[in-house]
Amino acid sequence: MGVAHGMGHSVKRKEDARFLRGRGNYIDDIKLPGMLWLDIVRSPLAHAKIVNINKEKALATPGVAAVITGADLVPYKLEWMPTLMSDRQMVLPVDTVMYYAQEVAAVIATSRYAAADGVAAVEVDYEPLEPVLDPKKALLPDSPVIRFDREEKSNRIWHWEAGDRQGTDAAFKGSDVVVAEDIYIPRIHVASIETCGCVASWDPMEGHLTLYMTTQAPHAIRTVVALVTGHLGLHEHKIRVVSPDIGGGFGGKVPVYPGYVLAVAASVLTGKPVKWIEDRSENLQADSFARDYHIHAELAAQKDGKLNALRMGVVADHGAFDSAANPSKFPAGLFSICTGSYDIKTAFTEVDGVYTNKPPGGIAYRCSFRVTEAVHAVERMMDVLAQKLKMDPADLRALNFIRPEQFPYKSAFGWEYDSGNYQGALDKAKQIIGYDDLRKEQAEKRARGELMGIGLSTFTEIVGAGPSHTFDILGIKMFDSAEIRVHPTGRVIARFGTKSQGQGHETTYAQIIAQELGIPEEHIAVEEGDTDTAPYGLGTYASRSTPTAGAAGAMAARKIREKARKIAAHLLEANEADLEWETGKFFVKGVPSRSKTIQEIAFAAYTNHPQGMEAGLEAVDYYDPPNLTFPFGAYICVVDIDRGTGEVKIHRFVAVDDCGNIINPMIVDGQIHGGLTMGMAPALLEEIVYDENGVNLTGTFMDYLLPTAMETPKWELDKTTTPSPHHPFGAKGVGESATVGAPPAIANAVVDALSHLGVTNMDIPLTPQKVWAVLKEKGAAL
Amino acid sequence: MTQKITINLNGADVTAEVEPRLLLVHFIREVANLTGTHIGCDTTSCGACSVVLDGKAVKSCTLFAVQADGRRIMTVEGLVTGGQLHPIQEGFHEKHGLQCGFCTPGMMMTSYAFLQNHAHASEEEIRWAISGNLCRCTGYVNIVEAIKYADAKLHAPAAGGA
Amino acid sequence: MIPAEFQYATPPTIPEAIALLQAHQDAKILSGGQSLIPALKLRLATPPLLVDISRIAGLTTLSEAGGWLHIGALVREADLEESPLVRSRYPLLHDTSHVVADPLVRNLATIAGNLAHADPANDHPATMLAYRAEVVATGPSGARVIAVDSFFTGLFATALAHDEILTEVRVPAPMAGSGGAYLKLERKVGDFATAGVAAQLNLDAAGRVQQIGIGLTNVGPMAIRARRSEDVLRGQSPSDALIAQAAALAQEDCDPTADLRGSADYKRNMVRILTMRALHKALERARA
Repeated sequence: MGVAHGMGHSVKRKEDARFLRGRGNYIDDIKLPGMLWLDIVRSPLAHAKIVNINKEKALATPGVAAVITGADLVPYKLEWMPTLMSDRQMVLPVDTVMYYAQEVAAVIATSRYAAADGVAAVEVDYEPLEPVLDPKKALLPDSPVIRFDREEKSNRIWHWEAGDRQGTDAAFKGSDVVVAEDIYIPRIHVASIETCGCVASWDPMEGHLTLYMTTQAPHAIRTVVALVTGHLGLHEHKIRVVSPDIGGGFGGKVPVYPGYVLAVAASVLTGKPVKWIEDRSENLQADSFARDYHIHAELAAQKDGKLNALRMGVVADHGAFDSAANPSKFPAGLFSICTGSYDIKTAFTEVDGVYTNKPPGGIAYRCSFRVTEAVHAVERMMDVLAQKLKMDPADLRALNFIRPEQFPYKSAFGWEYDSGNYQGALDKAKQIIGYDDLRKEQAEKRARGELMGIGLSTFTEIVGAGPSHTFDILGIKMFDSAEIRVHPTGRVIARFGTKSQGQGHETTYAQIIAQELGIPEEHIAVEEGDTDTAPYGLGTYASRSTPTAGAAGAMAARKIREKARKIAAHLLEANEADLEWETGKFFVKGVPSRSKTIQEIAFAAYTNHPQGMEAGLEAVDYYDPPNLTFPFGAYICVVDIDRGTGEVKIHRFVAVDDCGNIINPMIVDGQIHGGLTMGMAPALLEEIVYDENGVNLTGTFMDYLLPTAMETPKWELDKTTTPSPHHPFGAKGVGESATVGAPPAIANAVVDALSHLGVTNMDIPLTPQKVWAVLKEKGAAL
Repeated sequence: MTQKITINLNGADVTAEVEPRLLLVHFIREVANLTGTHIGCDTTSCGACSVVLDGKAVKSCTLFAVQADGRRIMTVEGLVTGGQLHPIQEGFHEKHGLQCGFCTPGMMMTSYAFLQNHAHASEEEIRWAISGNLCRCTGYVNIVEAIKYADAKLHAPAAGGA
Repeated sequence: MIPAEFQYATPPTIPEAIALLQAHQDAKILSGGQSLIPALKLRLATPPLLVDISRIAGLTTLSEAGGWLHIGALVREADLEESPLVRSRYPLLHDTSHVVADPLVRNLATIAGNLAHADPANDHPATMLAYRAEVVATGPSGARVIAVDSFFTGLFATALAHDEILTEVRVPAPMAGSGGAYLKLERKVGDFATAGVAAQLNLDAAGRVQQIGIGLTNVGPMAIRARRSEDVLRGQSPSDALIAQAAALAQEDCDPTADLRGSADYKRNMVRILTMRALHKALERARA
């Protein structure tokens, strides 16, 4: 008989068993009888007319079965597909390519190698067009308009604003101090180590499609596929989406890419299963990017440092199609969380989405819908203001934090923060790192001509979308789900609408049920990712699994417990009201020996249930959270800068996180380690760069620089605990906090190291060459 | 034009007719059907395909199967012996050294080869040893801990020894 | 990414390998493969035949004899990195092999291949220039020795004829009072150098620089020997001022182009910084 390890236990992961033995089942491991391979011809130009596509040599290549072009898709109305943001995106271009590495044709062949040979043999003639690459220039009246298919002849996709424009303007006018900076947060890529891919298997006899696919949101994908193919007679009850083990997602496996649609089309065309697996360059060059926000940020304050108002304007480069993965009502995601952890009474923000000749996207990079951009801007600006006021940035933050007693706190943009203790987290971080001593050390080093910087980030996240009154994707409300079945022997199968990509759901979800029902977690099997069996859910991204599906798991377990109480009352011949629950059993009040375990009750549910009651012990819950959750943290980063080379070395990094009540501390620490590393990466290394023709110069891991163990510092973690008041077990999402919080801590540390030279802002990534250029300009380079 | 080759994979000979251009990683995954070895890039950068070739860790995406003809390859599937996890596998489990699991086989094979001829390695030596393997999930912290765990277990002083 | 088709041969002897090269003008030699195979996968190269020399016996020498360190064509970077002989007597070579690509690549990549490929971004060319090394080229009419100074002829170009194989690299054994160091600035582990500097020198009994070699990585179409920098120091007691002067000359004498790693100006300055640091480290080792 096992023991139930519920909340707060560092249970070793159940899913490890297969991964450690090389028995994970990832997309490229799926092999079906008669399977064909699909490979894609991609555009070498960022903007061009397609003059001609010659398939002949490709079709003559041994093993090649078919070549599909945009023109071939037109009769089926499949050359375009809808995006999540009510835009549309080309599956294959009929006559115009819109970005470098865009899909131009698909080759289907009997092997991976034959398909690659076929791709090399397809001849495409292009007539170059002028590419529009700068989103600010794209908004000027004389810019070419790239979206020929839209009625509106402009590169502006949308204009979105929030807050009080007039009030903010007035507050700025009445303030003692105003600071302003242009902050660019560059285009980056999630680059999970597994690329994207699928196996589409069309059964012509049954008219049924099985789609194995690297997706973070299998149910939503099933609906999207049904919407795209409904006019061809393929409806949702004939579609099964299976998301197998996923080798990292981070937001990159939320969208629908043309390759998936092409594989489905090819399977229908050939009547055989078709596999498509991206290579790394395709992944980096054509899949959804993140960030690419050109921000103008301003803060207004009194001369004592008390904040009066915040104003931010953004030009958001979305590439050729708006394929962002945001909730429908939020074209700029949750950017309006940009007042951060601070009590700012008046604020205004506006964002313009812009088309350019770059790949489409605007997904997260391990963060909740544009939260990283918002946090980076406000945390950077707090340091800019502190510098201007000659205040310690920790003191300026302390003066402006939303105080614990102000929660629930309504922000100037209307968000209701659930709970927080920002000063508590900052105090802890300062104490761990020895903040005051570090400031002394910095002064000494500066006197010796050495460059050391200390950077803070006291961030707030907004995760767990979301309440259904506000959040939907294509109209589907952003609830999530759990279905729990307790078998007669007390063993459990639990299925969820989310999909783990490494977060450890098989373990943590089992712990939630263990907590609620007292059943040992090893007696609980957790399944996700198969739309034929799991309840409908919106998927795993934006740190929403614990806040939504995890909550659904607790609620479903509680429903089971209520039925179990009735059965126990029947078995014990007692009144329900006289029964008390203690982990794993009901007993009669005052008579602990008269008890029934959950296992005994489960058996009775199938063998001896009360007359008039349905047999079985199971429940489903679709959980619609009353609010988002607002995890937060205080990070302090210490850097040394080499005046010879411009290299930035993270000397220490202390991260104090608060994600409310914790299910599995080991897993939470792992999430934070990974999140910090994915925060450090764009702060110091990663950036997608295009040349003046729109050609991607960072299309391999030789130039898109993921950190290795050598570049990654040894992170120092600690935590505070401020439970969410509305979540069933007081938890908040945590998978992305560190990615959001880390970049400004690092950027602030670098600017801090250079602040005495008059540097007020530097854009990430803070590469050696960029830092050195500033050193040289300021006369500080060796 | 194909060529007949035999590679000793985890102790068993696998013989096949292959094109010279067949990459070793595809031989392992698609000819021998051992799918624990993964592919994460095309430029010898990520190490998801790491295997042990005659005792040394190499990237099997940057080697043709014909080059390994007659040689010994060990993959993640060869780590378990007699139903027992190898200490490096144990370490990854105990220290939470894996999340999505995709880089894990390569990471473990690199660590396995490293620990064959390094004992009581320092943090810096371990980080250097795995610097050809990318992980996007863990931030490497617990991978280093996992390797330290295996190091201690593999190189514990003999019973009764000093 | 999948290579185009090719034929593959594993000649058991050097003459047979040379015969294959003579018969196939577009054939390529495959050894460690760590530069060639990525190029084949990207289809940047599509040779009809690969001549795999890795099964030829007698090419794995790594030993000192007759005043030279002999490095056979099949010696891997990891062999150098782990060699106690190299670590103790050839610190510049050890430094270099330690920072080529990453540990797994070094288990396959060969020193000879690193030179024969003549990529200006490769690390060994500068090191061999600093050492005044020699290479042995074996062709149809036997072996000939080529001084490294005349080996590199341009971008990806060497003095090797198509039917010649680089069978050995020879590094002069260190004289008394020798020291060397290789410093590489890279964006991350595994990257090619933004700039790299190899310095090798020895001091006479009076502490004056007797022999000196300075090689520069990835700041020109091929590895560069910083002759004027060497001249400044040769015969002199190496003061900080002289080292700075030598470094400034190296900055002038390199020829970098801007790319993602930095502007030409940045790279020139990095040559200066790294030259200073490499010289200081080499001197420190020479005096130890």
